[in-house]
Amino acid sequence: MAIYLDHAATTPMLPESAQTLISEATKVGNASSLHLFGRAARKGVEQAREAIAALAGADPTEVIFTASGTEANNLAVKGFYWKSIENDPQRNVIVVAAFEHHAILEPVQWLAEHEGADLRYIPINPDGVIDLNYLQEVVASERSHIAFIAVMHSNNEIGTLQPIAEVVEIAGDIPVHTDAVQSFGKVDFDFAALGVTSATLSSHKLGGPLGVAALLLAHGEDLTPILHGGGQERDIRSGTINAPSILAFATAATIACAASEENYLRIKKLRDSLRDQIASALPDATFNGESQRCLPGILNVTFPGTESDSLLLLLDNAGIAASTGSACSAGVQRASHVLMAIGLSEEQARSSIRFSLGVTTTQEDIDEVGRTIGAVVKSAQAAFAVGVRG
Amino acid sequence: MSGGVDSAVAAARAVDAGHDVIGVHLALSSNPQKYRSGARGCCTIEDSHDARRAADVIGIPFYIWDMAEEFHEGVVENFIEEYAQGRTPNPCLRCNEKIKFQAVLDRAAALGYDAVATGHYAQMKIDENGVRSMYRAVDPLKDQSYVLAVLNEKQLAGAMFPLGDSHKVDVRKEAKARGLYVANKPDSHDICFIPSGNNAGWLRDRLGSESGPIVDQDGNTVGEHQGAYTYTIGQRRGLGLSVPTVDGSPRYVLKIEPKTNTVVVGAKADLAISRIVGEKPIWCGAMPEAGVDHRGFAQIRAHGAALPCSYVVTESSITATLDEPLLGLARGQGLVIYDGDRVVGSATVSDTE
Repeated sequence: MAIYLDHAATTPMLPESAQTLISEATKVGNASSLHLFGRAARKGVEQAREAIAALAGADPTEVIFTASGTEANNLAVKGFYWKSIENDPQRNVIVVAAFEHHAILEPVQWLAEHEGADLRYIPINPDGVIDLNYLQEVVASERSHIAFIAVMHSNNEIGTLQPIAEVVEIAGDIPVHTDAVQSFGKVDFDFAALGVTSATLSSHKLGGPLGVAALLLAHGEDLTPILHGGGQERDIRSGTINAPSILAFATAATIACAASEENYLRIKKLRDSLRDQIASALPDATFNGESQRCLPGILNVTFPGTESDSLLLLLDNAGIAASTGSACSAGVQRASHVLMAIGLSEEQARSSIRFSLGVTTTQEDIDEVGRTIGAVVKSAQAAFAVGVRG
Repeated sequence: MSGGVDSAVAAARAVDAGHDVIGVHLALSSNPQKYRSGARGCCTIEDSHDARRAADVIGIPFYIWDMAEEFHEGVVENFIEEYAQGRTPNPCLRCNEKIKFQAVLDRAAALGYDAVATGHYAQMKIDENGVRSMYRAVDPLKDQSYVLAVLNEKQLAGAMFPLGDSHKVDVRKEAKARGLYVANKPDSHDICFIPSGNNAGWLRDRLGSESGPIVDQDGNTVGEHQGAYTYTIGQRRGLGLSVPTVDGSPRYVLKIEPKTNTVVVGAKADLAISRIVGEKPIWCGAMPEAGVDHRGFAQIRAHGAALPCSYVVTESSITATLDEPLLGLARGQGLVIYDGDRVVGSATVSDTE
């Protein structure tokens, strides 16, 4: 039986969420139609919106459903930027954490290349937490030019939680966006308490279906849309409302949030067990981004003298699914920008992989990895040694 | 698995033969093109997709190995350097020697695999004494033993060519029968890392285009060239000569002298050579007895004719004397010696007479 340790990429749908999706999928009615079918669909969507809002500490009107976390991030990033330069062309500076997900980094880089944005990257301390001093300095010196600040709530590759409340405090009236796709449903997340302007939540990271996510956008805030059409979601996001997926998202979020404390403790224990087993099998393995506050299920490990693609291949052969941060469109593993941001060399980054645990992970899974990892790393080291790069 | 039909069928046959097989696609460019253009290029995202889909159909795991750095250092830079030295290299030989059957084979071995199987058309035979030899493929039009003649005994021991006993037309039929949708994909030709197909322009971009004289054999300047290395021995077209010959006969490139940046031209008859000296020999099996005359065939191009010859070998050279003279051979090309259909070995052409 294969062992799935890539829950940060996507995690199995909760059976209750799958049930909601199946039963809703066969119902008819466009949620924007005025007839009884439409009203019924809309009712379900609004209940789901209220449920997700309550779980995330937001008001229902602050929930804008999108088709992916990437879309929600693009909507926030481009929307805030366009609105900012429309009001004041000099307000074109974007401040982002250097280890953001590509769904933030790529749109801000696109804005820099095509729309005149000026980027400031917040450095990351070796423990995987943003450098607040840098943020303080950049805000102090460039306050009137900053369009918005984006700092992820937790990092998807190393799991470290970020000091978002402090970011908001430093930002003052500058909009702050936080990508919370890895956090929501796993650790405490409260939109109102954090005081951010916007946040991205994702369904499939917490046991809901793929293809649905949400942007939380504070009351009174307006964004330039990226999709123009019927204006179904607060006139900011167009597209027929995906009622079945939204309902299934709400089902999953409700269960995940209710069980988050219990899951946290159980998954964290498994993660620590995996860490201990790897450390005892391979004393020179190092663990990345171990700050005080972390997601429970992410373990990022550097195995000196290996390459991640060999490690992944050998683990795959052994029936163990792990991953690195990202691959390019052709499928080539890249050295992780996250790991390099916390101070690893390119070679160290290339010899690192991520295990991410989830609600279906068992102690048996972890013990099997513990038994296998020594031989896998040994073979990967042999493969590295013969490489030209070695 | 390049994404083409040959490697897909080779993989399927390896599975049928009972081996534990994984599919590997080599990413050879750090900046891959999105789509194939015509018959060129083997490093596009579309090709990696095709390879992945073939692996799905065959039912084997599929991985992409990033060999861009190794390929650039081992093949592309060597290609440029050879041209800069006035030689005409064959990068496919180099790729087989340094990448597919070295970097890939070594990594595979370290990861616990026994061999690299490719879609090349060549045959491997093992005699009763366990000696392994490589032979031409059954399909004379597709035979690729020439570009594999750079593999030494150890590399051959880790190589499998499941298509050597088949004709291409049958491989395509088999691909179709197996449900591989690459069955009708065009063959790739030319140099994969020069997707435009404009080798001269590509070289000019990298080596500059310092103009220099085109001279005849008496040393008279008869024209000007735009970078000596963009010419090849035996080339007739595109010389742009300003001084015609007395009798109006065409002139051909005889020699390229990178040190003086000079291209030498002359009559067709002056291209004729009958003695080829190759350096850095590689033996695809046991080295033939040194210092004595052997009979065999020389081949100097991937799909060139087998030229009857006598040859003598030393530890560091192969010297072939052709029965019939040959017109035009550039230094840097691969000289491959055959004993009938068996590949004896290869060397890099260093001198001709």
